[in-house]
Amino acid sequence: MPRSSLQRLLRFGGTLTVLAVLGFLLLPAFVVVLAAFNASALPSFPPQAWSLRWFAKAIAYQDFREGLRNGLIVTSLSSAIALAVGATFAFALDHYRFRFKSVIEGVLLSPLFVPHFTIGLGFLILAAQVGLVSTYALVIVCHVVLILPFVLRSVYVSLRNLDRRLELAAASLGAAPRRVLMTITLPLLLPGLVSGWLFAAILSFNEFTASLFVTTQHTQTLPVVMYNYVREYADPSMAALSVIYIFAVAGLLTAANVWLGLDRILNVDGNR
Amino acid sequence: MSTAIASMNRDAGMAAAEDSPDAAVRFAGVSKRFGGVVALHEISFSIRRGEFMTLLGPSGCGKTTILNLIAGFFSPDGGEIRVDGELVNDVPTYKRQVGMMFQNYALFPHMSVAANICYGLKARHLPKSEIDRRLRDVLSLVRLVGYEERRPRELSGGQQQRVALARALVINPKVLLLDEPFSALDKNLRASMQVELREIQRKLGVTTVFVTHDQGEALSLSDRLAVISEGRIRQLGTPEETYRQPSDRFVASFVGDTNVLRARIERIDATCAIVALGAARIRVAAASLRHLAVSAAVDLFVRPEQLRLAESNEPCASNGTIVAQVYQGGHVDIYLECADSAAGRVLARLSGPQAMTPRSIGAPVGLSLNTDEAIAFEAA
Repeated sequence: MPRSSLQRLLRFGGTLTVLAVLGFLLLPAFVVVLAAFNASALPSFPPQAWSLRWFAKAIAYQDFREGLRNGLIVTSLSSAIALAVGATFAFALDHYRFRFKSVIEGVLLSPLFVPHFTIGLGFLILAAQVGLVSTYALVIVCHVVLILPFVLRSVYVSLRNLDRRLELAAASLGAAPRRVLMTITLPLLLPGLVSGWLFAAILSFNEFTASLFVTTQHTQTLPVVMYNYVREYADPSMAALSVIYIFAVAGLLTAANVWLGLDRILNVDGNR
Repeated sequence: MSTAIASMNRDAGMAAAEDSPDAAVRFAGVSKRFGGVVALHEISFSIRRGEFMTLLGPSGCGKTTILNLIAGFFSPDGGEIRVDGELVNDVPTYKRQVGMMFQNYALFPHMSVAANICYGLKARHLPKSEIDRRLRDVLSLVRLVGYEERRPRELSGGQQQRVALARALVINPKVLLLDEPFSALDKNLRASMQVELREIQRKLGVTTVFVTHDQGEALSLSDRLAVISEGRIRQLGTPEETYRQPSDRFVASFVGDTNVLRARIERIDATCAIVALGAARIRVAAASLRHLAVSAAVDLFVRPEQLRLAESNEPCASNGTIVAQVYQGGHVDIYLECADSAAGRVLARLSGPQAMTPRSIGAPVGLSLNTDEAIAFEAA
């Protein structure tokens, strides 16, 4: 039966390919996790002994603590500002027709195709002119610009998916515009707003390239601290930090999934 | 200048609405444009209190625009709209107290059935006891007791429609607006929902404006119907009037099935004309044939049920060949090829003994008329 054996071969090959791709995607994380729990400072496979000492060291290291603090300050403020600005623009783009609408759309989405180092460099030059080099404001403004497109898109998509007739129905039932906004529009947009904010926060917290330009010793965020650390030392504290990070974000996304549903967060189902 | 136009419109509207000073809804010279497209051409009509009025027309004719103007989703470019005598041109939707039922029902997906229905009551800040009482009443009215805590997506199409109806009715609307509410339902459910809706509407006596493109629905449900085409009301009357005395060719062919047969004027006076079709002589109103003389060609509009197959020895109105017959239970639809028909085809709807007789496809038959009255318009 040549045909059926060919089919079997294809099925086997297909399964193998899928597993290989998945493995390839997870390989870096796997290697890092392995290194984090390895008692030895030198990578070895399989590890000879297990230990949590790198976690202890990472948590105790002063620069990492400051980086985390800076990162949380920058992330919380920049994602909140990006959410407010992005939601406002998305609302305006969706509700009103005006001149240069496509130009504005293009400018708002431009950080997607202008490289991060260009934006970082640009802000650094600007900050030097106005004497804002070593401030949180500089980092935050830079991050807002970088993550705005993602918030904008997320909110815009959920606005598009929102059935306008629901607002009309609410108005016909006697709800004034403010009430319609609070009881119909916002609750239905909430998943889009939360997902936009969530992705913005994760992006901001991870951002490295532009942050390298706009941060200083006082304002450096965690990825920048990690970069500086790895230039001087080579021990698995970084790996331990990565493991903590992966579990923190996974926990955040799981919580969001439980409360709001991941399909709605990712705008798969379109709120209908 | 704008005031001059406004007063002109008002005069036109007053003339049109004279017959019903007690109108629930009155349009006087209302026009509406979208960009360069005119959606409504200065239309005037009025709807009586408690009336079930249908706006019937093909899609894009402007019927939904009229509904949206009553709801206040946008304002007219000219003319006056009055609800219960009050000028509402610039009154926002939420102050109009109109109940609207949307084609897709537009139920709030994030709220339970009870929360959907009570939405309008809470917006009015009614006391809790009053809200509860009205909720109970309307739930039993639409037979949805026990479904209070369900989400809309957990309901069937018919149940969703009842929630939408309850939500619109519970606010005691001055006008109930229905935008093609039955189009999403399957045929059996549609018929029972139509009966139910009409029953509820009669019981409450709520003025209702119903938009549809389905002429069958319009004929069976309405007290009066307005046939609309290209932003103009072509005819406004009872279902029987629009079916029996259509005012023009559009109404005649849009409302109900019809055959257009070529005939000639044999005699004509101020009120009445006699039209000859084969051996048949049919009396038609002369109003639609003004300026036409004897022997002028006319198009005779004959309903399928006004036709029957001629007996073998009988002089007939026309001849044809059977091309198809469709058994419909109570009656039989017979399609014939016929040289006298403007479309080349004729539909005869046979009931009673004639429906029982089996016939073969391709058989030549004579056609007779059951009536000596019909409608004719100048030949197209």
